[in-house]
Amino acid sequence: MPNYDLTPEQDMLRKTIRDFAEKEIKPVRQQLDEKEEFSTDLTHQMGELGLFGMTVSPDYGGQGMDTLSYVICVEELARVDACQAATVAAENSLGIGPIYNYGNEEQKRKYLPDLCSGKSLWGFGLTEADAGSDAGNSKTRAELKNGKWVINGSKIFITNSATKITAGVTVQAITGEKGDGKKAISCIIVEQGTPGFTAKEMHKKMTWRSSNTGELYFDNVTVPESNLLGKRGGGFQQMLATLDSGRLGIGAMGLGGAQGAFEAALEYSKQRKAFGQPISKFQVNAFKLADCAMEIEAARNLLYKACWLKDQERPFGKEAAMAKLYCSEVFHRVANHSVQLHGGYGLMEEYPAAKFYRDQKLLEIGEGTSEIQRIVISRYLGL
Amino acid sequence: MKIAVLIKQVPDTESKIRVKSDGSGIEETDVKYIVNPYCEYAIEEAIRTKEKIKAGEPEAPVATVVISLGPDRALEALRTALAMGIDKAIHIDSEGKIFDGFQTAKILAGVLKAGAFDLIFCGKQAIDDDNSQVAQMTAEFLDFPQVMIIQKFDLTPDSKGALVTRQVGGGAREIYEAVFPLILGCEKGLNTPRYASLPGIMKAKTKPVEKLKASAFLGDTGPLTQFIHYQLPPERAAGKKLDGEAPQQAHELARLLREEAKVI
Repeated sequence: MPNYDLTPEQDMLRKTIRDFAEKEIKPVRQQLDEKEEFSTDLTHQMGELGLFGMTVSPDYGGQGMDTLSYVICVEELARVDACQAATVAAENSLGIGPIYNYGNEEQKRKYLPDLCSGKSLWGFGLTEADAGSDAGNSKTRAELKNGKWVINGSKIFITNSATKITAGVTVQAITGEKGDGKKAISCIIVEQGTPGFTAKEMHKKMTWRSSNTGELYFDNVTVPESNLLGKRGGGFQQMLATLDSGRLGIGAMGLGGAQGAFEAALEYSKQRKAFGQPISKFQVNAFKLADCAMEIEAARNLLYKACWLKDQERPFGKEAAMAKLYCSEVFHRVANHSVQLHGGYGLMEEYPAAKFYRDQKLLEIGEGTSEIQRIVISRYLGL
Repeated sequence: MKIAVLIKQVPDTESKIRVKSDGSGIEETDVKYIVNPYCEYAIEEAIRTKEKIKAGEPEAPVATVVISLGPDRALEALRTALAMGIDKAIHIDSEGKIFDGFQTAKILAGVLKAGAFDLIFCGKQAIDDDNSQVAQMTAEFLDFPQVMIIQKFDLTPDSKGALVTRQVGGGAREIYEAVFPLILGCEKGLNTPRYASLPGIMKAKTKPVEKLKASAFLGDTGPLTQFIHYQLPPERAAGKKLDGEAPQQAHELARLLREEAKVI
């Protein structure tokens, strides 16, 4: 029989992060969102708690925790604010992940301690203006000249890449051709302040407004050959593996967001009266809430199972894709019900329902669209 | 220096309290438990005191121990204190019994005596029964000085005592200089308790938890008070809304105050 109990440490972790999110994030989430402001202060506080480098070995300043513990933390942050959860999830999986998993000893020693303490952040430059789901079509190039990489191109929608505390980015670039005529793609480290490299903050977002999103430009950016991350030509495989793990974090954001939107809906519908009774007493509303509770429960079980597989070092790619897809779509439905149950007030930013509704949409697009997840799952089915 | 922190696990204020049908206590099944908030200030002050001493003298021997009397679930509160940074925990198993403040103080005094502590931090009161007696009675059993409801704490330069401040009525403050061993009851405003960090939570797993039994320290001490019966406060009746124009409303209000509320 499977055991559904969390460890005492995981229970305490959930309590602590919930407490932190309620007391430190909730009071400022709306204001930060309105101003589209990234909070360095909250990022440092989250760093002190140990929310960065959660699964990284303590040898490099990480916390050495299991995947499920990490996912519980992201879930609890997202229950209150998708934006802070995004900072944490993106940093762990995209910022820190590739350096930890593919970096050599020197690179790990150089970058990880500051990243794991939340002192600085790191971006992962994959998506381009003309290459999203079709990542193989990216144009950014790096040429090896006299023992140095010369990088030209641009990237877009890169989380954590343009903050005041961003120390650099890992950029995916074409570094030549393979024997079969396909492009060889590699990951290269570019530090902040390298001449020719610019990171520009993107604004006017509908969603995740206080998370940092950047546009990156590389204009003859020259870095040492040793800035290559892992093997030359290994970039595509590194990206696929990174996204597999990243999906668990996005799943956690869907789950936590759904939980937050559900709790807001539940509370409101017990208070709001219409036709002489709380609107939660009407079956049409009670059934909506019952469906939300059921779907959240199912989403949590699916996501936790995917984490468990990863922690057991078993294949988890299929389950991770399912969890990412399902959790983000459950959040979609729950956020929609939540606004509907709030009625006119659901459209006003004074209530949290509207923000959950806006923040939800990213999860069906970022780190592999829902359509890409379905492709991943169907390939596991041999289709 | 040996610093002890006495903590109590209490129901979360957000939990809905229900009394058992026979009135003998509260239903524990749906209740979430937390560390008593005033005890959190005590935990934080103990950790800070150790940090301060260590900052000045890294090799100074300072040990912090958190102690709680209660059923098995009290372990969770102790683990929280360990995760925040306390070094060791002592769980005194209440062995299925409920003790009054006097007995609790007797048991705690026994445990503290055996530990030879210099400084003991407690919450000024627990938010469940609000007795606010245990710390004082424990001090009495030990014949230690005590200062309650403190909002400021500083070690004396020789680290053999402390300067503590407590707020009294009208904005005035009392400042005490006390020598160790000493018992202090902590009030809101003393500090801001830290969150248990993730590394703290992981480290707590390997910190020692000593198990003791309450009966070993209680002896034949009986209770001085007994709970006879629990009941919830009566539910507030709905208010009355007065209709009509202002003159009629005033008239009706005066009538109700005279005839129903009987206050005029």
